[in-house]
Order: sequence, then structure tokens, then C-alpha cells
Amino acid sequence: MREVAVVSFAQSTSVRNNAVQNEVEILMPVIQKAVADSGIPSKEIGFTCSGSADYLAGQPFAFVYGLEAIGAWPPVRESHVEADGAWALYEAWVLLQEGEIDSALVYGFGKSSPGQVRDVLTRQLDPYYLAPLWPDAISLAALQARALLESTDHTEREMAEVAARSRRDAKTNPNAQVTGDFDAEQILSDPYIVSPLRKHDCAPISDGAAAVVLAAGDLARKVSKRPAWIRGIDHRIEPHYPGVRDLTRSPSTRKAAEAAGALQSEIDVAELYAPFTSQELILRDALGLAKPNGTKINPSGGALAANPIMAAGLIRIGEAATRISNGEANRALAHATSGPCLQQNLICVLEGE
Amino acid sequence: MSDPVEIIQTPIRLEYNYTPGVARSRFLNGLAEGRILGERCERCHKVYVGGGSGACARDGIPMTEVVELPHVGTVTTFCVVNVPFAGSTVEIPYTTAAILLDGADIPLTALLQEVPAADVRMGMRVEAVWAPEDERGPTSDSIRYWRPTGEPDAPIDDVLKRMRADA
Amino acid sequence: MTAGAAETQVLTALHVLEYPYKRSVGPVIGRFLTGLRDKKLEGIRGSDGRVIVPPVEYDPQTAAELSEFIAVGPAGVVTTWAWIAEPRPNNPLQKAFAWALIRLDGADTALLHAVDAGDETRMKTGMRVKPRWREERTGHILDIECFEPEA
Repeated sequence: MREVAVVSFAQSTSVRNNAVQNEVEILMPVIQKAVADSGIPSKEIGFTCSGSADYLAGQPFAFVYGLEAIGAWPPVRESHVEADGAWALYEAWVLLQEGEIDSALVYGFGKSSPGQVRDVLTRQLDPYYLAPLWPDAISLAALQARALLESTDHTEREMAEVAARSRRDAKTNPNAQVTGDFDAEQILSDPYIVSPLRKHDCAPISDGAAAVVLAAGDLARKVSKRPAWIRGIDHRIEPHYPGVRDLTRSPSTRKAAEAAGALQSEIDVAELYAPFTSQELILRDALGLAKPNGTKINPSGGALAANPIMAAGLIRIGEAATRISNGEANRALAHATSGPCLQQNLICVLEGE
Repeated sequence: MSDPVEIIQTPIRLEYNYTPGVARSRFLNGLAEGRILGERCERCHKVYVGGGSGACARDGIPMTEVVELPHVGTVTTFCVVNVPFAGSTVEIPYTTAAILLDGADIPLTALLQEVPAADVRMGMRVEAVWAPEDERGPTSDSIRYWRPTGEPDAPIDDVLKRMRADA
Repeated sequence: MTAGAAETQVLTALHVLEYPYKRSVGPVIGRFLTGLRDKKLEGIRGSDGRVIVPPVEYDPQTAAELSEFIAVGPAGVVTTWAWIAEPRPNNPLQKAFAWALIRLDGADTALLHAVDAGDETRMKTGMRVKPRWREERTGHILDIECFEPEA
């Protein structure tokens, strides 16, 4: 396997509603920073891959606009996934394995504010059996949360503690949107929005973008003092229909983690893409992190502090990589998810040299 | 009714609160004032008009220099439409053209009228026909259509050369 | 140059995305939906013998092509639920209701639909529910208007 590392990462500050900028305007400074910080001249980057969802913008081919932020002249080699930027990173990593390129720019972006994102996300569901019912994203997560609470030892209090911890840790994250000292007891006295989920159990609605530059082997060593090496990366998917799955477990996360070599030794930092507190508990069970011991879970605050859909998974990889590069951690795990109720999961294992 | 079900109707409707961003807003607000506003890239010096994203697509940088453009230009390419679409009020056949305004490097796509489709040609000089002042707003409908000026055609090879990305 | 008032105001506007989607359903989904039109519910037998509802063309574990249909329901058991105090515009019911996963009698997997329980206190995992059929049925998942408590 060819050595590939994250050599830079940039993100916008997530906001509830960026009514003034379009996606390209949000993206430009993020891409410029990631490229400048990478130490690799823009025109030398071998490949660009982006992740976004046209349905967030409500326009077919909206993703093509994103290319205006990268200056695609002379013509560039690029690709796109209608998925979180974490999967764009996976594609870039695969191309880097082939050896034809030595570096790649990956970005993810989206404005969740223009539409009703809870309803927009129903458009990803089975068009025959599910989509005509319009079961929104929070409702689906609530079905999963109740199953979790009723068939395992997990509790609403644990969920509230995840919410409180996330927003408290996010206080040191300048790009987070929802931060502060919330008390689990106080959260538990709030009404449900869709039982058994309360507002604090859910990620905020965010507009934002993120970019990562990957470099291979000696190039990574040349441009970065401490590259965050991708030691393993894998993603797995479960059947789509929620009624066919055991929603209280995440076998795809487990499988991806095994294949990526995540479970082989201790993890210092785990950045998990859990837009719902209940989902963090399920992911931690799958990863053997139910009792984190030494592993710091979501020091960035995670998706509960900022959830720019289509960038949030890539941000997990970026946040984990940053902690490697700045010496805070030696071994980190980043996770991204896609689809209803944790249907599809990606695991990326990062290490310092 | 015993035929097996083969088709289902699953219509969707989603509403969005859309913002075009700064550049296109400026373009549309300009139209409300009877002006055509574009912007110039400080790096490659190309002039964009028609309200793109606000980025120079060549350089990937924001454009901040605003340029006001005249209301005349050259047809660079065009197509003749023979098929109506639902809600259209334009007489068939009609011609849409990519019009390079004098001073711009990116063409605007717009409707041509007051010229038979068979007479439209690359290089033809055209001018904007505006809606009456009290009917203008931040919408591309503020310019009703474009029509020939009657000037001799512009040398099309020079015009096309200007539009090349590597020019 | 200055752009006057044009410079000062970023615009927003309502944008409506509408598609009239018509979808061909194929023989497996088509059979299930045809059944709904006739107030019948069917599952399909999977590779490991379990009865999958709603039916799928290929086994979720083995990808084998499936073809054996089994009658299920009409009633079933709620395996999980979520209370919607405020329905969203396109939901099956426009009053407070529960989403539920419902394992119909004879099925091994659960169907997702709405339950008109009237009040959240009536919802309970394990409760039995039965379909409320729409008067005019066309062969569509919404031929079931919703489920309701069996009692």
C-alpha cells in the first residue's frame, strides 16, 4: 500500500444560515487555505475530488459550481461524489494508490439552510416504499434511538451526557456552531422534538465547507513536518430499508474498522460523525469505545456542534489529522456516515510517523 | 382493475430559500436600474457578466472589481428552437444566442427577436431591448430580448479568439 | 467604479423544485403494490428462509434473486416507534401520529409506516396494529392510509 498522508485541512466556520454567500463564495477561502497550507502549488496538485448533494441546493448539477472555487484552468483531473467529502477523500486515496498522481485536493460543501433539510434528506430513501411517506431524518433517528433504549442498557441520560460533552468540548473549536456549558440534567427536562429525541440530541443545521490536501510518500514528508499518515481506510454499507436491519448495532462500522486496522491498537482520538447522540453510542459500541478509557471522543465537538452536511464527515478526518500533525495524538480514528440510521460507514485510521 | 401495477406516481415538491450570492445579486439589482454589471478578475483580467458565482472560474479567486458594460454585443453562437415548452409565450421558431457584450469575455445567453431565425448569424451585432422602466426589477426579464443593431457584422474569428480560455 | 444600490443588497428568493416522477416498479415491488390495491400483504422469502417485508428483488445478505411470495399480516407488532407531535407537510397523517416499524404476522422484518394511535400514551413497543385501508387504492404504499391499534 502506498503511503498517503493528510498534509493540510481547512474548514469554514459553520453557521445556521449563510444568507449572504453562495456555496462557491463559502468554498473559495477554505480551498485557498488548504492549498496554501499544504505547501504544494495549486497547479501541481494531481487530482481534485469533491463531495456534495445537489438536493441540498435544490438544483441539478449544482455541484459543478464548486469547480469555480478551484480555478480549473489549465484543465484539471477531477471527480465528484454525491456524498460526504469523506467519500471524495476515499476516491482520491484510491487514485493515489495507483501511483499516477502524488497529491490530491479533496473538498466537501453544502448549505443545509435553504431547504427544509429534514425533508430534503427523505429524497435519498427508497422511492417505492419509504420516500412517498416522507419520514424525515429526525424521525428515522428517533426510531433507532427508541430501539436502542428499549433493547440495550443505554439510557437517555447517557445521550444527554454525549450532548453536554460535545458542546462543552466545542468551546475550544473556533469553527463550531453550537457550543457552551449544557447540563445533562437540564437537557433531560427539555421536551422531546420527536420522542425519544430532544433538540439537544440532534445536530444543528449548518452551512459550511471543508478541504483536505493529501500527499503521497516523500512529497508528504517534504511539505509537512508531521504528516498524518492514512494507515487504513475502508467503508461498508448495510441494506437500505431500516426494517431489515438491527438498528441498535452498526456492523458496517465494525467491519470497516476491522478492514482499516482500527482495532489493532489503542486510539488516542476518535472523531465520529454522529448527528444524533444515540448514534454516537451505537458507533462506540461497534468500535469497542463504549467505555472510552484513554480515547478522546470528538474533541472538536463532533457533528452535534456543527453539521455542514456533505462536509461534516471530511471534517472528522481533518480534525483527527490535525491532532496528529500538532502532536496531540499519535493514532487517531475518523468516521463518516451516510444514509438513514447509520446505513453506510467509513473508517479512516491516521498515525504520526 | 386486475392488471398488475407497473407504474407508480411519486411527485415531489421541495421549497428552498435561495440566495445567488453577491455577484449575481449585483447583476440582478443592476438590471433593475437599467444597467448591466459584471466583474473583472484581478489576475487574468477577464470580464465576467451574467451573474456567475462571483469567482473567476479560471483562477478560483473572488472578483471584486465591478465593471459596467454597454448594452450592445456580438452573437457568438446561437440556436434556433422549434419545440415549445410548457408556459412559453415566445413564438416558434425562436433563437437564443450567446451574446458577447463589448468589453466582456464571457457571453450572456439571451432571446433574440425582431429578426427571422434564418437571418441570424455569428458575428451579428445586437442590442438590448429593455422593459419599460416601471416594469424592471431584479430579474433577467428586465431585458425583454435582444435585436440587431443594423451595424456591419463583427469579425467573428477575432471575437471567438477573445473568448478562448487560454487567450 | 461604484455600483450604487446594486452593491448593497444580496437577494433571496423562493425556489421551488418539483418533479412529477413516475416510476416503473418491476415484478417484485409491483406484486406487493398490486396486493395492496387488493388489501393483501405479502412478503418474500430470503436466502436464509426469513420472510422479508416489504419484498425485495435480491436478498440483502447474499444478493440472490428472490421469488417466493408469502402472505403476511394484515396485523402485526410494533417493534419501535417515534411520536410526531407536529406532522410535516407530506406525512401520511396531518395530525399527531407515530412512525413505527411494524413486523406483520408471518414476517421476519418490519415495515415502516404511520400509526394513528390518537395519543402518545397509547404507543408501546409490542402493541398490535392493523392497517387502515384507503377507500380508493391504486397500488401504492399509501393504499395503507396508516395503521391503527388492533384493540
